[in-house]
Amino acid sequence: MVTPLACQHRAPARQIARLAKRLYSSAAEINSFEPVRGMDLGVAHSKLLLRSVASVQASSELQSLGVADSDTKKMNMCQAINDAMRHALSADNTSVVFGEDVAFGGVFRCSVGLADEFGRERIFNTPLTEQGIAGFAIGMAAMGHTAIAEIQFADYIFPAFDQIVNEAAKYRYRSGNQFNVGGLTIRTPCSAVGHGALYHSQSPEAFFAHVPGLKVIMPRSPIQAKGLLLAAIRDPNPTIFFEPKILYRSAVEQVPVDDYMLPLSKAEILKPGKDVTVVGYGSQIYALENAIQMIERDMPGVTCELIDLRTILPYDAETVINSVNKTGRLVVAHEAPRTQGFAAELAAEIQERCFLRLESPVQRVCGLFVPHPLVFERFYMPCAVRTYEAIKNSLSY
Amino acid sequence: MNPSALPRILPGLRGSRALRWTHTRLGQLQRTFDKALPQTHCPLTAAFYTSSYVPRKKVMFPGALDSEYTHELRFASNVESIPTYQVMDTDGKVLDAANDPQVTEEEARKIYKNMHVLNVMDQIMYEAQRQGRISFYMTNFGEEALIGSAAALDPRDQVFGQYREAGVLLQRGFTIQQFMDQCYSNEKDLGKGRQMPIHYGTKELHFQTISSPLATQIPQAAGAAYAMRREGKKLCAMCYFGEGAASEGDFHAGLNMAATIGCPVIFFCRNNGYSISTPSIEQYRGDGIASRGIGYGIDTIRVDGNDIWAIYAATKAARKIAVEQNKPILIEAMTYRISHHSTSDDSSAYRSKKE
Repeated sequence: MVTPLACQHRAPARQIARLAKRLYSSAAEINSFEPVRGMDLGVAHSKLLLRSVASVQASSELQSLGVADSDTKKMNMCQAINDAMRHALSADNTSVVFGEDVAFGGVFRCSVGLADEFGRERIFNTPLTEQGIAGFAIGMAAMGHTAIAEIQFADYIFPAFDQIVNEAAKYRYRSGNQFNVGGLTIRTPCSAVGHGALYHSQSPEAFFAHVPGLKVIMPRSPIQAKGLLLAAIRDPNPTIFFEPKILYRSAVEQVPVDDYMLPLSKAEILKPGKDVTVVGYGSQIYALENAIQMIERDMPGVTCELIDLRTILPYDAETVINSVNKTGRLVVAHEAPRTQGFAAELAAEIQERCFLRLESPVQRVCGLFVPHPLVFERFYMPCAVRTYEAIKNSLSY
Repeated sequence: MNPSALPRILPGLRGSRALRWTHTRLGQLQRTFDKALPQTHCPLTAAFYTSSYVPRKKVMFPGALDSEYTHELRFASNVESIPTYQVMDTDGKVLDAANDPQVTEEEARKIYKNMHVLNVMDQIMYEAQRQGRISFYMTNFGEEALIGSAAALDPRDQVFGQYREAGVLLQRGFTIQQFMDQCYSNEKDLGKGRQMPIHYGTKELHFQTISSPLATQIPQAAGAAYAMRREGKKLCAMCYFGEGAASEGDFHAGLNMAATIGCPVIFFCRNNGYSISTPSIEQYRGDGIASRGIGYGIDTIRVDGNDIWAIYAATKAARKIAVEQNKPILIEAMTYRISHHSTSDDSSAYRSKKE
């Protein structure tokens, strides 16, 4: 919007806001502001988020947990995670939260207010050492305490890889069940944010999905994040909780204020369909939702079944198998690079279990097999358009 | 600094407790700065010192508050090696009566017996491996005095070892049968036959299961110590490692975290001169491992690792500090690895028999 120079100093707030749209961002489609082909894309327009109290009450899963009718509060994902930690800290006196910069509230504000409420002995900063954070957390958990460790970005989890893979995952097994680190939970922001480039956008879930002894979880929304995080903290196994950072502020729901836990290793069917099964997790769910909307508009009569895996390890193969046995086609999508990404595992497992039922090869829509770029992120990402193409290929094989 | 200005500068600190902490900290900084002001007596130079400019002797940066300015361009380097604490002479006689360990005869006999049992068990098990009865073994020849450190601990102190601490287990009460069960991986093995020999672990004796990756136990010991601090039972964690493992990143991470967070943990380094074939001159260039403790702000002592009463006294004193002040201690025990690294090693390949 062009404002004549003479009027610029009096430009109203709305104009400034539009001018201030982040030009640097690769503008991950998830946060796209402009409608595309007449459709509203992105998290802001997602129908999967439970934005109203009525939609929360109608949720069958929340009903089965008994929280569908409880009080709710409008929260974004980082507030929901903050709330989950508050519940965990209140209920369990041995629980502590630590990591880099968590005491003042965290670089993503997920631990705001916790230090004031529970004290600096329970909410504290650590020096800048991921291997130290992971090792320290393992030591606390080995003593039966609940350690909620934060790794500031998933891209920096690799110094802690030895501690997580060689120690945490094997602690119970190698000791003959004399010792365990079930009280260990590692929380870490992951996935693309539009301007993160190589080292603030990675989704390293595939590395950890290869380790027996760990649990790996990635939520898609505030209600999911709160319930899954509480389940992860209380699960008697070391757990890694990946939090798609782009959803911290953009995903908003009416979150039940009660303490509740969602089931781990249970995928959720977000939208039933009969022609193709589409599986994803985390922020990718919204790109899949948009792709399905486009498919169903362009190919009337076709319905797609959307599944959110939620827990990546151990994953709910049964739900996916039942769905593929119904539809005969599978498309898996994730932001992580294609080769050896988690979609490869799912594709191999499904083709083994549903070989004769499959009507077309399993499609994988993933990040390109390159480091996560900055200016060209739009080409790297498995966006709604690429997923649309994959679904179309699967249907017309 | 006016505390009411804080919310504008540090918007995150709205809570009163965080604010009070910051105010106290700033007050401390303020007082340190005030103490650092020099007194000017010289009338000539006094003219330069107007009320608006006062030169400070001490550095103002928060990263090094006690450092003083110098005008000499000089690189600091190690001048004096940390001394090695010793109680006995080579005949076993206590040199200074003040260092007498004050243990009962029964306790002294138990320690002495365990040193012998360890030595004999190692001889037998080494032969057993050579005969094909077990797959692998590591002996402790030359490091039997480590038992003194175990004798100084509370039996509930959590031990995180590396792999050459069988003496600690013996002192705690691990039976010969239990040692055998683990080495032979039979059905009575507490570890359920899942690990190679000498990877002992026993919950009953508060000895965490040994794992092969080196130095991983160091930050874990710091975390466990913090958990024990929170429980308020006045217990500590005991962490053993060799001088080679002290080169790992986990050593740096663990000691730094223990120092900054305040964990009651004793870091015990067995400096036996070798990491498999790598002598200590190829492992580090500084003054052993003890000098590093000072770098982390950790109280450190170096002891004669073959002097059991020196180890006993140092560990006892370290434990008292750790438990009462909730801070880590580093003990470096200088000793010599008489044995091969393990049954898979023949040390004549890298050191002479004469040595």
